[in-house]
This record gives sequence, C-alpha cells and structure tokens, in this order.
Amino acid sequence: MADLTKELHTECMTLQMGPSHPAMHGTVKMIVDIDGEEIHSVKPEVGYLHRGFEKMCENSTYHQVIPFTDRLNYVSPFINNVGYAMAVEKLLGIEVPERCKYLRVLACEISRISDHLTCLGASGMELAAFSVLLYSIEAREWMWELVEALSGARLTTTWARIGGVAYDMPDGFERKAREELEKVKRLVEDMRGLLEKNRIFYDRMRGTGVLEANDCLAYGVTGPCLRAAGVYYDVRKAKPYLVYDRLDFEVPLGKSGDNYDKFVVRVLEIYQSIRIIEQALEQIPAGPIAVDDPKITLPPKQEVYTSIGALVHHFNIIVKGIRPPKGEAYFAVEGGNGELGFYVVSDGSDKPWKCRCRGPCFPIVQAVPKMLEGAMVADVVPTFGMVNMIGGEMDR
Amino acid sequence: MAEKNPTIKKLLAKFGGQIEVVASPFDKMDTVRVKRESILDVCMFLRTEDDLDYDLMRDLTCVDYIHEKPRFEVVYHLYSIYNGHEIRLKVRLEERDPTIDTVTSVWVGANWYEREVYDFYGIRFNNHPDLRRILLYPEFVGHPLRKDYPIDREQPLFEERKETKGVR
Amino acid sequence: MAEALILAVKIAIATMFVLNLAGLLTWAERRQSAFIQDRLGPNRASVFGIRLIGLLHPVADGIKMIMKEDFIPAGADRVVHTIAPFIALFPAFVAYAVIPFGDRLPIFGYDVNLVVSDINIGLLFVVAVMSIAIFGIFLGGWASNNKWSLLGALRSAAQMISYEVTLGLTIIGILMVYESVRLDEIVRAQGDLLFGFIPKWGIVTQPIGFLLFFAAAMAESKRTPFDLPEGESEIVAGYFLEYSGMKFGMFFMGEFAEIVVIAGIIASLFLGGWQIPWVTTEMLLKAFPGWLVALIQIGVFSAKVVALCWLQLTIRWTLPRFRYDQLMRLGWKMLLPISLANIFVTGLVILLLQ
Repeated sequence: MADLTKELHTECMTLQMGPSHPAMHGTVKMIVDIDGEEIHSVKPEVGYLHRGFEKMCENSTYHQVIPFTDRLNYVSPFINNVGYAMAVEKLLGIEVPERCKYLRVLACEISRISDHLTCLGASGMELAAFSVLLYSIEAREWMWELVEALSGARLTTTWARIGGVAYDMPDGFERKAREELEKVKRLVEDMRGLLEKNRIFYDRMRGTGVLEANDCLAYGVTGPCLRAAGVYYDVRKAKPYLVYDRLDFEVPLGKSGDNYDKFVVRVLEIYQSIRIIEQALEQIPAGPIAVDDPKITLPPKQEVYTSIGALVHHFNIIVKGIRPPKGEAYFAVEGGNGELGFYVVSDGSDKPWKCRCRGPCFPIVQAVPKMLEGAMVADVVPTFGMVNMIGGEMDR
Repeated sequence: MAEKNPTIKKLLAKFGGQIEVVASPFDKMDTVRVKRESILDVCMFLRTEDDLDYDLMRDLTCVDYIHEKPRFEVVYHLYSIYNGHEIRLKVRLEERDPTIDTVTSVWVGANWYEREVYDFYGIRFNNHPDLRRILLYPEFVGHPLRKDYPIDREQPLFEERKETKGVR
Repeated sequence: MAEALILAVKIAIATMFVLNLAGLLTWAERRQSAFIQDRLGPNRASVFGIRLIGLLHPVADGIKMIMKEDFIPAGADRVVHTIAPFIALFPAFVAYAVIPFGDRLPIFGYDVNLVVSDINIGLLFVVAVMSIAIFGIFLGGWASNNKWSLLGALRSAAQMISYEVTLGLTIIGILMVYESVRLDEIVRAQGDLLFGFIPKWGIVTQPIGFLLFFAAAMAESKRTPFDLPEGESEIVAGYFLEYSGMKFGMFFMGEFAEIVVIAGIIASLFLGGWQIPWVTTEMLLKAFPGWLVALIQIGVFSAKVVALCWLQLTIRWTLPRFRYDQLMRLGWKMLLPISLANIFVTGLVILLLQ
C-alpha cells in the first residue's frame, strides 16, 4: 500500500501571461508560477512598449515634444500635455493667463474622467461583466466628444502649448459639457448599480490585491491606489497647481487598499472631477489663452500674414524654437493613475538636454507581485485591472 | 534661505562636509549635492529620521553631462507625505567608474528605477538585488540615453524583412 | 413501417428543434446583449441588401467556420483533439430524446406519444448523458497541449462534477413528489391541480429545488457567472483555445445546445412541460383535431423553452464571474446542504400529507 502520509509530489507550472493576453491591456508580460490555481510567484516583465521617449525628446525642440507626451498615457493625453508644458514654463519662469489655467483644469479633469471610466469598465469586463464595459465606453465617448471639441482630436490631442493652450473652447462648449456630464453621472450610477453591491463582484474585489499604505509608499505608488490605502496624497491638494486651490473638491480615501477600495475611490473621483469641471465652467474668466510673449507663443495666424514683426517671431519660434535658460525643473501633476512628473533639464539650447517623465504606472506595476502574494490565478485579472497599467507611460 | 529649511539644517548638521547645498532657481526645490560614498547614509537618514520622514521616492534618474567632469549625475526626487517637503539629491559620478550604492534597502521601489538607470546610462548600483536591463532587451548593446549613443543606431532583435518592390 | 416513419419524424423534429434553437440563440445572444448594452447589435450580413435584423449572421458564421483552416497544434494528441468536440456536442442532442414535446395524442388515426423515446428511466438518462459532455471538454483541453487549455479543462472537470451532485440531489425532490422517473409521466402529473386551483407544477411543489436546479444547471452549461473553464480574460479561452474552424464551432454550438437542453429539462420538470395551466389535453382534444393539439402543445413547450433560454442569456450579460474557490464554496458549502435539506423537507411534507 502506498504511504498516504507522504505528500504527493507536485510541480509548479510556469505560465507566461502576456504580452498578448486579454487581461494584460497594454503590453506587459507576467511570468506566473502556479500550483493548481494558487500563485507562487509573479514576475512582471515590462518594456514591450518602449519607444525611446527620452531620446526622442532630447533630439526635438521643446514644442516638438508635446505630441510625444500624447502617447504617454493615451487615455488621458491632456494631463500629459499640461504636465510637460508646465514643467517647461517653470524653466522659462512664466505664468500662464487665468483663462488658460481654467481651460487646463477643465481639460485635465475631462481626461481624468475618461481615464477612470476606462479603468472601471475594463475591470468590469475582465470579471466578465461585459455590459459594464459598454456602458463606460459610452460614457467615455461623451467625454471624448468634449475632448474633440476642445482640441480637434480625440486621442492625440497635442493641445497644451508652452505658455498657453492651442485653442479656446468653442461656442456652446459650456452647455454641451454640462449636458454630457449629467449623462455621465447617470451612466456611472448605472455602473454602480450593476457592480457595487453585486455579491459576486464584491467577493472578487474585496480582500484581493491588497497593498497597504506602508508598502504603497515603499514602492512609490501614488494616485488612486495609494488613496485606496488611506493615504491623503493628491498632488492637486499637496502642491496645488493651476487653480486647484480655488476649487472646492474632496479627495476620496479608501481604507484597506484592496481592489474594491480602489474601485470605489475611482468611482468617487469621477464625481469630484465632475464637480471641479462644473465649478471651473462657472468661474472661468474671459481673457487671453496664452502668454503674450512673442518669444514663447506663436502669434495669431492673421498677424503672421499681415505684419512683418509677427512673421519674424513666427519664423523664429518654428525654426529656432524657444530657449529656456540653463537649469532644471521638476514638476508634477496628478495624472489619472497618480503623480505624473516631468523633470526637464535645459542647457540653454532649443532642445531639452533631458526630459524625464515619471509615469505613475512604473512603480505600481513593480508593486504588483506584492499585491498578488498568496492570491489565485483569477485574482491577477481584477488586481491588474484596478492598477490600470498604461503601457505608454510605463515603458515610455 | 535654503539653510533655514529644517531638512537642510539637519542634513548639514549630520553630514556637513559630505553634502553641498545647490541652488535650484526654477522650481525652488531644495537641492543637495551628495558625495557618492554617503548617498546610502543620507537616504537612510532622510527616510528614518523622525521629523523628516521622506517616505515617498518619487523618482530616480540620471543626467549625462557629457561635456562636464564628472560626467554623470544621478538625481533623486524625494517627498515626505507627512510634512509635504520635497528634496532633490544629486550625485556626480565619474565616467570611468560609474558605480553607486543602491538605495533599495531604503525604498523597495528604487529597484526598478535603478534598473532603468542601469539600462539607459550604464550606471551600476552596488548590492542591487537584481541588476538587469528592464525596458530594453538583454541582447541590447550599449546604453542608449548616453549622449554619445547616436539616435539613428538601430539594434533590431530580429533581422528586418527586406522590402522588395512590386508583388511578392 | 408507420411506426418507423413516425419515429423518424419525431427524431427529425427533436434534432431540428435543438439545432435551430441553438443557432437562433447565437443570434439572440447578440441581439440580447446589444439590447442590454444599448447598441445595435449585428446588422451587417446581408443577401442582396436584405438584412433581416441580423438573422443572417448565424448563417454567415456557419459558412465562415466551415471555410476556416482546421488547425491542430504541434504536440497535440491528434485523435483525441479531433474526437473531443464531437463528444462535447452530441449529449445535448441525445438528451432531447427523452424530453416530451406533448401528450399522447391521436393524430390522423395513429396514437402518437410526442416524445422520441419514452424509456422508463428518462430522468436518469438525461443526467447520465449530460455528464458525458464533460469528457469532451476535458479531453479537448488536455489534448490541445496548451497550459491554458489544461487549466480550463481542470476547472471544468472540478466544476461540473461538483455541480452534478446538486443537480442529482435536486432531481430526487422531483422524483419524490411525482413518484416517477419517466419524464412524460412527470409532465403529465403536473397537469393536476393543487387544492383545486394551483397547477401542480414543479416550481410550486419544489420552489427551492427549482432555484437550486437552475443554478446548478447554469453551472453545467459553463456560462457567466460560471464560465470559469472559459474565462477569456483569465485563461484566454480555456479548453477550446486551440480549436479553430468547425471544431471550434462544435464547442460553440454545444454550449448553446446545452442552454436549450437545460431550458427543456427545467421546463419539463418545473414548468409543466407542454401543460397549459387549467387546460387539460382532454379539453383541447374536444375542441381541436389531434394534429392541432399537438402543434399547440409543442408551441407551449417551445415558448417555455425560449423564455428560459432568454432568462439564461439575460443572466449571462448581467453578472460577473466567480473565482474558483468561491465557486467551489458555493457548490459544496451552500447548494449541496440546501439540496439535502430540500430532500428532507420534501420527505417530511409528503409524510405529513399522507
């Protein structure tokens, strides 16, 4: 008779999850060692979307970098545009006009809503609640209509300029924005109705993917993941930029740092963003949308064609670019997934000597193995979904 | 002005000759140049000292000042959520010996940042637990963000298909 | 000779019923999901500009799947890989052999029992045949020589065996109430009235049994929220990951055929099969000729099946998916004890009523 007291010999199975795996949105590979359904170890492998962002920046003029920033977090490109532009403005030592500040806030919050909607919908889809994805995609569509109205593009906005923004908001934007936000609110309510109190969803999310406050900080995790763990850190409150100090909004906090808290934090942040947009629409003053400095911003097209001075400035900016003084500046904005920092070093020439982007996803993905300690294969999906990894800004 | 800052004051009191306060006129961030040997001690001090508590490591990167000597500058951006203070540490490294101590023992999250700096600049971090390339593939030769790496050098992992004219 | 002809017609009807309904369900699922998700759904396939609200899509799908390359991955067990989809598909058709479409009726002078085969262990036959489907899935997953498929196969085996227990135990309640294993007798017994005015349907006599059976049957059909073996976002597509062309089509059809079978069984066991409440076959026969009564009863049965299919589709597009351990907990720690208690209570009530 066989010895029943002895453990049966088993071996771990190594799974290569990704880079082409439905749950690994963006491109990342997880090397998962599993024992049956339980996970022994997870090793994320990143870099599949590396495009050499920094090297490209170092060989482009300051203005030419802006389109590259669209492709960092491709769900919320406005925030990247604004973050980069403000870092360079720090170097130049200029302050943008009031109206421009409000416009930037508007754009950032619209982007944040679309970012969160994508994340929530995708996480629902990954748990097989497919309808939720379609709801949130519909809501995101309305947000992207606003994005389109502002910048003329849906994804690659390239809207912020150093020293201002490219276009003012079109006529009727305010009314349209209010209408769409109301619709988004209703759809988010629907999504919550489908998921928030759903027992299966709750069981899948609660207690999985836990990353406590200490670990969050040790890994450098910021954004909704950190706030879900109960740490009050939001760049908009900690170091208010633009006009965030004049707007009344709250920072939703979670408690345990598990997937459910991350989900709820993101949902509540959508409401706060809507609040911010509504206030900004009310307060926005009339005025110029870019600094009146011909060395930094392009003169209006009519003037270029009619006056020689404007033509010269136009030519100078296009050909020679802007030349910030020698020095360095780090500037952080609150991106969709956390602190989005730009560290720009200038050597006095028309091209940045270094343009470093501190994307929030890089440290978060690093922390994924910690979140998945002792979890099951199926937990990879909601955990990775709530991390909301964006390949563009992680691999740069 | 900067000397009034409690962090700088404490750092100066503790490390004195090891550090040097530099001005950062544009973003007005406290900036400290640290000697290579003492970076780990400085980081540990900043992290563990009670009322400093720099718990969030925002960023770690490197700048290649190819025309200057020493050539490389490793830059740390730290933040204290409790105090709301931020600080920038800089360490200059020679071209012929670009090594520095790792700070993964202070912040676990430094792991990937250091791998990234190694990947792109070839800075080696002593005692790093897992110093491999991260964003580039292991077969890659050279460190592409060094200023002497030409932007148009291609290193495809697989031989690229030859474009042929007409119908194949 | 006439006997054989009648049998052949009955077999044809039963097979076409499952096949067509399964095919229609692929369309209905898309329409249904589109309706839930506030979009249009399929409307592109057209013949000479006629679109038929997307009804041509199942046809287009079928043509596409037949034309596709039939791919067998390297290192796969070729024989098993080929046989598996057949094993997965056929039980669904066989199960319909014992499900009654109508009463024993005089049609054109012949005495026709509207069931393909009224064997005396009908209910057990259904359970036995249904559990064969698991072999198709398990063998398919194993023979594909793919880790994801293997995971899917393991999950499906564990899941279906666990839920079969509940399935079987729930049926015992029905057996105790109607005192028969023959499906046609069970359905006929549901035509009686309780206390003179409530139809004695299974859902009335066994309400908890109905819920349990429905849940367990949904788990058997491997659809959301029980689609762990498939789990496209976790284990890519699970057991049929390495299948293409018509072999994939057979798994696909098998899934929908299983929905139809489950709907048929539930309709027969709990919703009175072809019975119309308060209207007996005798009353119908007095008013209409035999062939019309047969059509009416088949129609009633079909309506119940379609309604149950629709319910399953709606659930599929509303709920998220379980995790493996949660599924097992639900099966063994909740459904199983409740089904045991259900048997006990049923026995007690029967004893008290005697």
